[in-house]
Amino acid sequence: MESAATTNHMEIVYERPVTLTDTPMHYCPGCGHGVVHRVLMEVINEMGIQDRTVGVAPVGCSVFAYNYMNVDMQEAAHGRASAVATGIKRVLPEKYVYSYQGDGDLAAIGTGETIHTVNRGENILMIFINNAIYGMTGGQMAPTSILGQVTSTTPYGRKSDLNGFPLKITDLVTQLPGAYYVTRQSVHTAAAVRKLKKAIEASFKYQPLKKGTCFIEVVSNCPSGWKMTPIEANAWMEKNMFPLYPIGDLKVPKQN
Amino acid sequence: MEPTSQRVDSSTQAETRLMKGNEALAEAAIRSGMQAYFGYPITPQSEILEYFTAEAPKHNFVVLQAESELAAINMVYGAGGAGARVMTSSSSPGISLMQEGISYMASAEIPCLVVNVQRGGPGLGTIQPAQGDYFQATKGGGHGDYRLLVLAPASVQEMADFVFDGFRLADKYRTPVLILADGALGQMMEKVVLPPSGSLPFIDKPWATTGKPASRERNILTSLHMEPEKMEEINVKLQDKYRKMQQEVRYEVIGAENPEMVIVAFGLTARICLKAIELAKERGIKVALLRPITLYPFPYDAIARLTSTAYAFLTVEMNAGQMVEDVRLAVNGKRPVYFKGRMGGMIPSPEDVLLEIETIAEKQQTTTV
Repeated sequence: MESAATTNHMEIVYERPVTLTDTPMHYCPGCGHGVVHRVLMEVINEMGIQDRTVGVAPVGCSVFAYNYMNVDMQEAAHGRASAVATGIKRVLPEKYVYSYQGDGDLAAIGTGETIHTVNRGENILMIFINNAIYGMTGGQMAPTSILGQVTSTTPYGRKSDLNGFPLKITDLVTQLPGAYYVTRQSVHTAAAVRKLKKAIEASFKYQPLKKGTCFIEVVSNCPSGWKMTPIEANAWMEKNMFPLYPIGDLKVPKQN
Repeated sequence: MEPTSQRVDSSTQAETRLMKGNEALAEAAIRSGMQAYFGYPITPQSEILEYFTAEAPKHNFVVLQAESELAAINMVYGAGGAGARVMTSSSSPGISLMQEGISYMASAEIPCLVVNVQRGGPGLGTIQPAQGDYFQATKGGGHGDYRLLVLAPASVQEMADFVFDGFRLADKYRTPVLILADGALGQMMEKVVLPPSGSLPFIDKPWATTGKPASRERNILTSLHMEPEKMEEINVKLQDKYRKMQQEVRYEVIGAENPEMVIVAFGLTARICLKAIELAKERGIKVALLRPITLYPFPYDAIARLTSTAYAFLTVEMNAGQMVEDVRLAVNGKRPVYFKGRMGGMIPSPEDVLLEIETIAEKQQTTTV
């Protein structure tokens, strides 16, 4: 039996960062959003920039991101997060500004804003959660849904002649001169989470340099929308999404 | 942000200039301490964006040509939410595109100034002046229960003055304010006395998202409230605000005392009607003009009071009859309310209006005889 004295000397090695509120998240079991939220907030806490950070929440499953992220936040209309972030960053150029969007928000209704925000090289971080489905509205086809994927609006599977092709928006924005750092990460293993954290850290360190947009795609899952267990969902993601959306850097700043 | 009122420039005194309405509005905005403008080109108001981009290097404000009106209004949302004195401008089709963002700002209580230099519609319409966006401007515009405070200039001078009023009222009520002009007011040149810079104070915006210090809770700007009880609460708060806004009602009455007939017209049309009233006077018909300066709040009481002397009301608009519905509400069946309108970018002439006045006067004589 441990003595009280021993317990008192136990070191706390893992706790909720002050940048995360003490609020139970509404995300489904196995969903990647909670992990991305946590990693993002850990970085803001560790860098000590909570008082200089403004976030923009999207419409979609992460619409309530501001309930969990303990930083000043604005809720944008569907697709407009990067335009809202542009407005914030232009009038507060010394603050850290990030947007957080899903695939429907960033790559369907907000495609115009996404492309032009990156093309202007807005000095913000854009976080893009790609889980190939509209989770919040009940599992409809997303612009990033893969061919053959069954969703509530592609009940016979996504067909290219009817629904077009999966939109590789991250590859698209990589081509734009305003993009400074573009990477595609995931959160399905501990190693993947560590890599994502490094990418977020790098993005916030780049932001004061005012060299352009940092863009992080997180290939994630949707156990509820895909109608799978979390383990099945991660396996499906690795098998079907990773070949189309390969993990790794797409554009890294040149070493000075 | 550094208040732009502290910038060094030569506009620290009032100044008289000959300017286009669009340019006078833009210059007034700079002098009002505007901190950011986001817009997209559209005729007949592109001079506003052009003026700002030309003047920007001399001043300390943000100007950005957005990729669309959708993006522009959402940039306004972001900048306004960050506490900046921010505006946008467009013309009718572009203002339609902005309605989503305006509804969100009304709900999230983000102050800003929106300028609509109207052109003829519906659809792509024409680039000629019109007043067809009255309903959109005064009854909400986007989805949900909200109103904008709407100012209707009738001269280049008011194009300038109402920028100051607009920013002041937007801050006072934490709401988007709309200036409803038209293509003629935007394009015509007149003498204008420009107010000095720095004369519009900045107020504290403790709600703004500027980064959360340890000393306060985080600021969240949102229009989403899933619990209907909470959403109703937000609506009740907005409606209380709109009731308070009624005290800002502005109008002017020009012309005959104890008039037998009252014309109600706003903006450019009001000026045309003034000429018609002069012509009517020569013909012995005593007509007065009531010009609403705020279209929301609308001067219902002022119009109602005139029913005691006037036997008829005539509303003149550059549309198919929009404000006339508010005039009828004010008159409340006590007197006949007539309407004369031109549409699609056509401007009524003083003679058109005089003809209406004479027809109404004749009808009155026939009835009384």
